[in-house]
Amino acid sequence: MKKLIIFSTFIFFTCFAKAQDVKMADIMKENGKIYVVIAIMLTILAGLILYLIRLDRKISKLEKNK
Amino acid sequence: MRKSWWKILGVLLLVYTFIAGLLIQVPRNPQLQETIRNLFFHVCMWFGMMILFIVSFVRAIMYLRTSKPIHDIASRQYAGVGILFGLLGYLTGAIWMSYTWIDSNKSIFNSFDSIAREPKLIGAAIALLVYAAYLVLRDSIQDIDKRARISAVYNIFAFAMLFPSIWIIPRLLDSLHPGGSQGNPALDPGSASANMRLVFYPAIAGWTLIGVWIATLKIRMKLIHEQKLSQ
Repeated sequence: MKKLIIFSTFIFFTCFAKAQDVKMADIMKENGKIYVVIAIMLTILAGLILYLIRLDRKISKLEKNK
Repeated sequence: MRKSWWKILGVLLLVYTFIAGLLIQVPRNPQLQETIRNLFFHVCMWFGMMILFIVSFVRAIMYLRTSKPIHDIASRQYAGVGILFGLLGYLTGAIWMSYTWIDSNKSIFNSFDSIAREPKLIGAAIALLVYAAYLVLRDSIQDIDKRARISAVYNIFAFAMLFPSIWIIPRLLDSLHPGGSQGNPALDPGSASANMRLVFYPAIAGWTLIGVWIATLKIRMKLIHEQKLSQ
């Protein structure tokens, strides 16, 4: 049990120490370029969803005609 | 458009996933860095696949109980979309692992030999191939009733194969993939922080609803096609 506590505090502190110098995309968030990526992803999603909606409408029309 | 509320919900959940998935605070993990956000996309493909395969399995049983052709068509189409999700999960996993599992001291080709032995990759490949065989078997039978019955029985077998190939064996063996011998990928407390879960669970629901939407469109197309043939 004691060993476990020592080990887990060690793990905790090494993680904490490492957490500061892990390179993340902080600059991208600071200058707001991340919103460009979001805009592009949402545009593609919108395109795909619009395609699905059109397909759904067309199938509904075919179902009515039969 | 029919019964649109859950389609709208699915789209809204995906919009939320795309925005919050890129903006929320994620743990600063030295190995994954920002790629940890792939949790909202790659892992959701597998969850979507599992849910679609479960629906396909239930419809196969319903076909065997009632012999109504609608269940047969539904079972086939849900399995088809499930395979699509599985392939997307495999492809996205391949891209993700090329940046996080590669041993930087070796060439990409040489570090591939340890990756190729990954139990999770092999298990997922087996599961997808078993389902691919379902499509081959089904399309090779001409007689409509026989095709429906044999493929429904095979579907139950294919679903049973999911248990060892993706739910049991990969959890018994050590792996580079999260959730090796010590737990479940993505669901363990260590794999995702609390605020990542706020995006992760809605993302699963969103992707699954889109998959169900595509499957229902394919079922309705198939029904129109069948009615045209019988006229």
